[in-house]
Amino acid sequence: MSTIVTVGAPRGSISLRSIVGRIGFLPALLVALVVGMSAVDPQFYGLINILNILRNASLLAIVACGQALVIVAGGFDLSVGAVVALASVVTAKTMAATAAAFPGNTALIIASGVAAGLGSGLVVGLINGFCVAKLKVSGFVVTLGTMSATAGVGLMITSGIPVYGMPDVFVKGFGRAQLFGLPTAVYAALAVIAVMMFVQRRTLFGRYVYAIGGNVDAAVVSGVSIQRHIVGTYVISSVLAALTGILLTAQVGSGQASFGGDRMMLQSIAAAVIGGVSLRGGVGRVEIVAVSALFLTILGNALNLLHVDSRLQPVFLGIIMVAAVALDEFSRRSKARV
Amino acid sequence: MDVATDQTPAGPLLALRGISKRFTGIRALDRVDLDVHAGELHVLFGENGAGKSTLINVVSGTFASDEGTMHFGGEEVRHLTPQRARAIGISPVFQEFSLVPSLTVEENLFLGREVTSGGVLHAREMRKRATALIDELGFDLDPSQRVDDLSRAHQQMAEIAKALLGRVRLLILDEPTASLTERETGRLFELIARLKNQDVGLIYVSHRMREIRALADRVTILRDGRHIRTLDAATSTDGELVELMTGRKIDLLYPTIMHKPDKVMVDVENLTLADGSVRDVNFHARAGEITGIAGLVGCGKSELIRAIYGIEPIVSGMVRIDGLPYEFPAPRRSLKHGIAYFPANRVAEGLALSRPIRENASMTVLDLPAFARFGVLRQAAERIKIQGVMEALQLRPPNIERTAGALSGGNRQKVMLGRALTRELTVFLFDEPSVGIDVGAKLEVYEFMKRLVEAGAAVIVVSSELPEVLALSKRLYVMHHGRIAAELADAEKTEQNVLASFFREHLVAEVA
Repeated sequence: MSTIVTVGAPRGSISLRSIVGRIGFLPALLVALVVGMSAVDPQFYGLINILNILRNASLLAIVACGQALVIVAGGFDLSVGAVVALASVVTAKTMAATAAAFPGNTALIIASGVAAGLGSGLVVGLINGFCVAKLKVSGFVVTLGTMSATAGVGLMITSGIPVYGMPDVFVKGFGRAQLFGLPTAVYAALAVIAVMMFVQRRTLFGRYVYAIGGNVDAAVVSGVSIQRHIVGTYVISSVLAALTGILLTAQVGSGQASFGGDRMMLQSIAAAVIGGVSLRGGVGRVEIVAVSALFLTILGNALNLLHVDSRLQPVFLGIIMVAAVALDEFSRRSKARV
Repeated sequence: MDVATDQTPAGPLLALRGISKRFTGIRALDRVDLDVHAGELHVLFGENGAGKSTLINVVSGTFASDEGTMHFGGEEVRHLTPQRARAIGISPVFQEFSLVPSLTVEENLFLGREVTSGGVLHAREMRKRATALIDELGFDLDPSQRVDDLSRAHQQMAEIAKALLGRVRLLILDEPTASLTERETGRLFELIARLKNQDVGLIYVSHRMREIRALADRVTILRDGRHIRTLDAATSTDGELVELMTGRKIDLLYPTIMHKPDKVMVDVENLTLADGSVRDVNFHARAGEITGIAGLVGCGKSELIRAIYGIEPIVSGMVRIDGLPYEFPAPRRSLKHGIAYFPANRVAEGLALSRPIRENASMTVLDLPAFARFGVLRQAAERIKIQGVMEALQLRPPNIERTAGALSGGNRQKVMLGRALTRELTVFLFDEPSVGIDVGAKLEVYEFMKRLVEAGAAVIVVSSELPEVLALSKRLYVMHHGRIAAELADAEKTEQNVLASFFREHLVAEVA
């Protein structure tokens, strides 16, 4: 298309720096980490370890995609970890209850459990979104509150004891099953990433989320309805967290209020930020966030294999996260106006 | 305000030689020379992107130059930082305010140079000096007020006061009158005259010919980062300056517009806003003509059109669009009714700076089936349409994937105008359309309005620049203190009549 072709220096002089600016340092870091670990420890590229990494990265990526969407819109979702736990518990409890009422009706048991789990995420997401959009409370505070409340509800339901009683098909046929040699969670994550990429690039919703995060006042003047879209980001984030909770439940075989938690919440934010999502809003793509989730998972795995003290591991995560944001700021500077 | 009294050497106060500055591939300054003498007001004149901002940023230490030397007061200055610049007496007043919104005026004035002993603030001393300075400047400013409670004009005053606190030898003013009223501008000019008498050198950036005529000793013209020429203000003509700046001949700043008044498109009856900024206003605008609204900063003229578009809450009154009542206006519905609004502050309300031009330009039309079906965007259609629109508006460089944050004021306004060309609109509300853009871009905006009106649209222009509304509008309303003070058409539409209607209102107010 001739109209797209533009003449001028900026196009002609694609430097290494601008390429790095476009895709980031992340893929390079990822490759370096994989190559380095493969050389150091053969256990790293063992099949069991690789499947383990992929499974954990998939779970983190699903949560991080939702988190990224909220941050792009200029918000924050601290409640994702607690939602993972709540959904796990709700799913397991519902399955157990349905199994008692309709014994043997496996399809109904699984459907009701999954629906209840996703529904619990939907409810938390709606509460988050409503408080942020309508009551104008900051997302940080709202989700801090729902995080605490949701974790409490999860503990109340279970009294801290794992919930069993799920159909075998759900655990062995789904949670622990492999398709073409890969765990089901990987396919779930790939599907989520694909859908979210489509949402971000090709839908009105995705475009408006960018606009709202980029400049909320400009979005208002442009006739974008803000509240609906803010609620939408929180709902998606919570439902994806709930999905992660269900996948974890299926894999482990019991519903536990200790799933997810603060660690998952912090990692999802770290994955988003390292994946180039700007905390000022308006910038960030889910596919890079997914790569960043994979990177973080491999990093954690590598530290384990290298027998780094588990108390020291969060220190590495912290350093990496700050360095990523510093690089982001560095590339933002020294940009000229024309 | 302390002014350095030490004898300046015979040479210029500031001497720049061969200053160059690059930003990732773009040459913002190319071997620029500049001399500013003590007691001289030196105007920098050029289009947006010509390098004026970069140059004053180099002088005030915000950016380091890549090449070239800088002498200040006869001594070579290297590794200049903003702190050092202030310490040696270089004081900049930037367009983008350097005030902390959550602090008071006084705290801002002393920010970074608080009066302390052993880390403890001397509040009373600072209050005394702040008050003394503000009194001397004659500004109507309360030092204990928070900056975010101030109007833009008052923020500008606080900014100027901040620059004049301490020892000043070179004052840099970047479009200082952009948000000042006539009276405040007069005060500023008196102040500038006083500073010149005290041998302070001034660098003054402005697009306003009237100010250049009133103040300048010499004018340096920049174009595309290069020094074009330095002229004596007294012996140069306006035409000469504009020609040098744009590199092309511009005969007329304001186009001749063929108004063909048709039916009433916007009819406002007894409109009062919730915050009281507009009270009992009646006015109308017709298709095929430009309706101007003039008035001082803060008179309610912006709020009036913002209310029609649906951003300011209305408490009573009626708005009719094309004869039909339009209740509870909201931006989305306004767009559907064919009303577009172009905000004065394009950074705050216009653009998402982190997003590409394409997304910014298509922001207002994505609800149309041509751009999205069932919530899924039609990207190819969007790209082609926006590329065409931005080419029609002569966006330079014509790359629609650049982020809006990388654009100059003129190009940002073009992105805003681009929104108007993407959907069917009949009413255009322009709020201070030429603030912060250069003469060349202004001309393009005026031509744009001309095309709209001649195609039969209703255009309402709100502006604090009197010559602009006078020249563009067919009928002109004058607002004062939230009310319509006068309606002037054709021959009555003169600067004297507009100013007289301000004064009449003033007298009435004083009698009451």
